[in-house]
Amino acid sequence: MYKYDNYDQQMVDTRVEEFRDQTRRRLSGELPEDKFRPLRLMNGLYLQLHAYMLRVAVPYGTLSGAQMKVLGDIADKYDRGYGHFTTRQNIQYNWIKLEEAPDILADLAKVEMHAIQTSGNCIRNISSDHFAGAAADELIDPRPYAELLRQWSSFHPEFCALPRKFKIAVIASDTDRAAMRLHDIGIQIVKNDAGEIGAAFYVGGGMGRTPMVAPCINEFVPLDWLITYSEACLRVYNRYGRRDNKYKARIKILVHELGKDEYTRQVEEEFAHLKSQGIEPPLAELERIKPYFADPAFKAGLSDGIDRSDPDFALWVDRNTIAHKAPGYVSAVISLKPVGGIPGDASADQIRLMGKLATDYSFDECRVTHTQNIVLPHVEKARLKELFDVLDANGLSTPNLDTIEDIIACPGLDYCSLANARSIPVAQKISERFASTGKTETLGELKLKISGCINACGHHHAGHIGILGVDRKGVENYQLLLGGSEAEDTSLGKITGPGFDEDGIVDAVERATDVYLAKREEGERFLDTYRRIGMDPFKEAIYG
Amino acid sequence: MKILTGNDLKTGDVTWWTGEGWSRHVNDAIDVGDKADEIAAREEASRNVLAPYAIDATTDENGVRPGHIKDRIRALGPTVRPDLTLKPADPAAGNWVI
Repeated sequence: MYKYDNYDQQMVDTRVEEFRDQTRRRLSGELPEDKFRPLRLMNGLYLQLHAYMLRVAVPYGTLSGAQMKVLGDIADKYDRGYGHFTTRQNIQYNWIKLEEAPDILADLAKVEMHAIQTSGNCIRNISSDHFAGAAADELIDPRPYAELLRQWSSFHPEFCALPRKFKIAVIASDTDRAAMRLHDIGIQIVKNDAGEIGAAFYVGGGMGRTPMVAPCINEFVPLDWLITYSEACLRVYNRYGRRDNKYKARIKILVHELGKDEYTRQVEEEFAHLKSQGIEPPLAELERIKPYFADPAFKAGLSDGIDRSDPDFALWVDRNTIAHKAPGYVSAVISLKPVGGIPGDASADQIRLMGKLATDYSFDECRVTHTQNIVLPHVEKARLKELFDVLDANGLSTPNLDTIEDIIACPGLDYCSLANARSIPVAQKISERFASTGKTETLGELKLKISGCINACGHHHAGHIGILGVDRKGVENYQLLLGGSEAEDTSLGKITGPGFDEDGIVDAVERATDVYLAKREEGERFLDTYRRIGMDPFKEAIYG
Repeated sequence: MKILTGNDLKTGDVTWWTGEGWSRHVNDAIDVGDKADEIAAREEASRNVLAPYAIDATTDENGVRPGHIKDRIRALGPTVRPDLTLKPADPAAGNWVI
């Protein structure tokens, strides 16, 4: 994985000392809150319901074992013994003291991490496929390009005051595991008919209060022009994106209002201009980055056999491991969704343990997924049982990947100052309901996502089943959506009808799954059945 | 009644105006009547509180009860982590929020 050079390290160290001085001046009264607030937000420090919250960047979700261990240490040393992995492949701490925030950033800098650009109207953390470099189906590893984009977008002077926040995802397979078309820019690395590698650009996607699926504006941009084309996309947005209304300021609104064709025309015009400006990083920089993402030293001649005599282990293998490009290896997913647990939360001990397991079992590497789980990307099949036993002894072996128990949930009203309703208790009740009825396995792949407000951090628009918490005259109310997807068959869910209270929404979800079980045809997932039969049978069952 | 709440500048803790200072406990909150803006401006300028705002509340047999669920959660702590609330020994304390 990528290692900081002197320039990267100096940049981060300088920012730590700068923020230390800003914090000192805030506490001494030299800086009022209205001046300090944007400065702390630039360093990922929010004020939430109960305390300050720090969001730490995890570029394209990749962490070393040592970095993961430090994330666990921070949870103990500065927080209340746990962290929350988010849908942006980051980690958040919920109980931070302002006076200690600079020390946390200093601890992060020692392991080449920071919280820069995890807030504010700038280009946020670049996200990617959490199986990058391991997936059997990828064209190439997308992470060198994600890293190039990270370097380009870090402290980019022209894009530090955009109309609104800006999110970019990069993938390199036809299977989309990064919700690529629901980003401001989604980039898919592709091969053209001539066998050349390039990038397809999807621009103007997003969730929030106005969800949109990004249209493809260019099917093939040569990789030599990746940064220049990205710059052109941003420039048109920065020039014409709305600044008068924050709810209409995202690039999706601009693309929608201009129309895809006109936006594309302007981007191409800007691109033609920028090509003569020499802003594309030299090829040498990409060549410097690439070796950091070279395959680890996979052993040759490994057996693909797995001893499945332990039924609990066999179930976990079936559910939580993914095919790997190297014979004898798999990617193992550690579910952070124990039945009745808090999606994405892990204790300090668990975080440290996952770091150690990354070191011991996965070439010192782990990944944060946008579905709030942790991946050990390169695990020998022969050592899987040994790994499983350690996970099992530490409450990390829940076999529920991509099932109705593997719920994405935002922090909701339990933590978030923007939320209108709690998300976590609903997730807990749903996972308990389905675990107790034994339906989870029968239902197969069923992606359920919950947001506590219209900002959609819980990706409710993109759930096969989505739940949106709203405030109805001071009382929590939950709307049900069906038919969303954030995979390569991206679609937006539709609201079924009137909302429910906390218990009612759990019943409504179960009724929707009962319709699926009654109506499904051979091989159909919940989403497939919904798409075939439409909303009406579900509405009839849910509302009578 | 109107009560005044905010966060501690250094720690971020949720606090409530008691008439003499700021308390972690909502039951210490007093009715500020029409003085909320005046107190908030003074206390914020003195860096005793961050982002203060006034809310409606009532009193009952359990003490002061903020009118909106968001402020009741602020007063107690996260309902999904009883151990991290101000009443860690009472696993049913979250019921007060709803």
